Amino acid sequence: MERLLGNPRAVLVLLGPALLVYSLVMLVPIVWSLVYTVYEGNAVSGFEFVGIDNFVRFFNDPTALEAVGFTLRYALILTVLQVVVGYALALLYVFFLKKASSLVRTLVFFPVILPTVAVALLFRRFFEAAPTEGPINSIMEFIGLNTFDWFGQPDASFWVILMMDLWRSMGFYAVLLYAGVVEIPEDIIESARIDGAAGWRLVRHIILPLSLPVLLSATIFSINGTLKVFDSVVALTNGGPGTSTTPLTVYMFQTSFSFGQYGYGSTVALMLTVMCLLVTIFIFRASRRDLTRNEK
Amino acid sequence: MITARGHRRRNLSIVAAVGVGVIALTGCAGGGGGGSSTKEFTYLGQTQNTAISGTLDVLAKDKCAAAEKAAPLKADAIDGTTWDQQLQLLAGQDALSDMSMAGGTPSLMQEFIDSGKVLNLSETFKKEGLEGRVLPAAESTIKALYGGGDLYALPTEFNIEGFWYNKQILADNGIEAPATWDELVDAAATLQANDVQPFIAAGKDGWPITRLVGDYIARDLGPDALKKVADGDASLTDPEYVAAADAVAELGTAGYFGAAAGSIDYNTALNQFLTGGGAFFYMGSWALAAFNDQEQNKIGVDNIGFTPFPTVEGGKGTIDQVPANVGIPVMFTEKGYDDDVAQWLDCVTANYGDVALNEFGQVTGFVVNNPPADQPALTQEVQNIIAEAPSSVLWFEAAFSPEATAVSQKNGGGLAAGTLTGEAFMKLVQDANK
Repeated sequence: MERLLGNPRAVLVLLGPALLVYSLVMLVPIVWSLVYTVYEGNAVSGFEFVGIDNFVRFFNDPTALEAVGFTLRYALILTVLQVVVGYALALLYVFFLKKASSLVRTLVFFPVILPTVAVALLFRRFFEAAPTEGPINSIMEFIGLNTFDWFGQPDASFWVILMMDLWRSMGFYAVLLYAGVVEIPEDIIESARIDGAAGWRLVRHIILPLSLPVLLSATIFSINGTLKVFDSVVALTNGGPGTSTTPLTVYMFQTSFSFGQYGYGSTVALMLTVMCLLVTIFIFRASRRDLTRNEK
Repeated sequence: MITARGHRRRNLSIVAAVGVGVIALTGCAGGGGGGSSTKEFTYLGQTQNTAISGTLDVLAKDKCAAAEKAAPLKADAIDGTTWDQQLQLLAGQDALSDMSMAGGTPSLMQEFIDSGKVLNLSETFKKEGLEGRVLPAAESTIKALYGGGDLYALPTEFNIEGFWYNKQILADNGIEAPATWDELVDAAATLQANDVQPFIAAGKDGWPITRLVGDYIARDLGPDALKKVADGDASLTDPEYVAAADAVAELGTAGYFGAAAGSIDYNTALNQFLTGGGAFFYMGSWALAAFNDQEQNKIGVDNIGFTPFPTVEGGKGTIDQVPANVGIPVMFTEKGYDDDVAQWLDCVTANYGDVALNEFGQVTGFVVNNPPADQPALTQEVQNIIAEAPSSVLWFEAAFSPEATAVSQKNGGGLAAGTLTGEAFMKLVQDANK
């Protein structure tokens, strides 16, 4: 085996096909897209070299900046919600429901396996104001409030998207964090209890520090997923009303394929990648600092 | 011996690598070259539009049997919601069908024309002797749409737009069909006071609202006002243009479009009007098909009246400049045009108008030689208006970029819902129109 893997030709034959396919479907389009950032045009009208014009345009484009604002706001709030609610559910499974948690775990996890479009349609109906009133508006009317056009107001649409995505994903984060929390050795928790730690103090001083690595993973996982949100927004509001709930991904898609500006669309894509990278590095560095401080 | 084995192994690995490469490349290349063919006459349309492919089917069986024999019709359809994107990709791969519905955005068609993808029908008509088969009004609308003075698409639809109204509701509230914008606003106020929703509009789709802005501009500043914006001689943020958006936004702020105007889509709006849910409904004459359908129309076709978009006092536009459009016309590709397709073009231009009107009730921009014997009065009235209109005006976004069109239609609902001011709306559209 060692002889086989020591042979460069054998390695090439084994890795080559996979590498070739990967290069063709992943690396080539990425490099291609990078090249497009300095061009303007599309497959029909042809391409023209424009240097850094696309980048200048990006920083002067109010719609793009609004999309950056929405993306960051959405990603930060949803990441906090996903991790906090997921963690609270994980603690509930481990310390409160214990062995009986499997049914609740399954029920909370259920929305994760539903198709996004189906969930979005469900929420559309829930919050519908016209042509038929959805259950939420009916309840509001029943308790004497006015009905509300949830998808006609930017702020309301934003919170409905957040609510839907939280409901859809919290089960996943709960299970991810549950796996981390359940791994904490029972004897450490037991000895902390003997030392008098219970309730919030036990969580704050024992559980939380010991589950930091999995919390970090969940946070990075969540922020990268939420920064790249696409399907749920398209299915629920399609970026509206106006462009108030348009994230960078949807804007990238629109500029490239609806407006036929491949170069500018690629620039938006590159900026999104840079944003994901920066946020991930920031979280990594922040968490590393924290861990060293804890060690001291 | 060792060298021979080594060679064989190297050869094997090269064969393997090439093999995988070929498989991967053929996998990537799927779908290419499926465009034109000399054996078949290919047509690509939108799944939502069955009238064109239906008419072509009828033609293939009867009037165009000779063309069908030479090159059988092969009609295909894809979803219309991402039509322009798909058309753009097909054009990029040189895989457009011989005949297809045109790009939804005029500027995309302009790109096709500039890159020589689309057949110049003016030249072809002259060469093949097919002139005079398209109505002058429809021809001028298409020419205005794509610029350049030549015809690049066929008007498989020809529509006029204006306010349709519920006669009964207007009579009950003592209102006459308004001829000026102020009369329209007064009528709306009266209706609102009497608990009748004055306007029904699909705010979610945006365009039924932005059409009002465009028409107001045409009536106030003249039919060439939007062309000036497209040419860069004027800006939508100029006060006289903002006034138009403000006029529409005021209707929204007053709640004249109903409680959840931003959430109403086309079908809902149509259904609302046809079940007596409101007084005025701005729409194109394509809605006649629904008006004439007793299943859908609960208020009765005789109860529906049509009034052109009203004039604006002191404005340069006149009431007989009818807002018109050709729906999504059809284009022929330069690459696919040969003798077989020429035979189809001849047959389609000669017979499409008759078949579409008789079989599908569709008013087209083709000359009709055999009109149906009995037509509903409202349909007849619309045809008369089309015949008598001295000139037409295009809609708000007709001369704008795809980006400005998308921004305009996405934000149109905000005007109807009263959440966007006229100034903010015009700034968004102007910024996107580059």
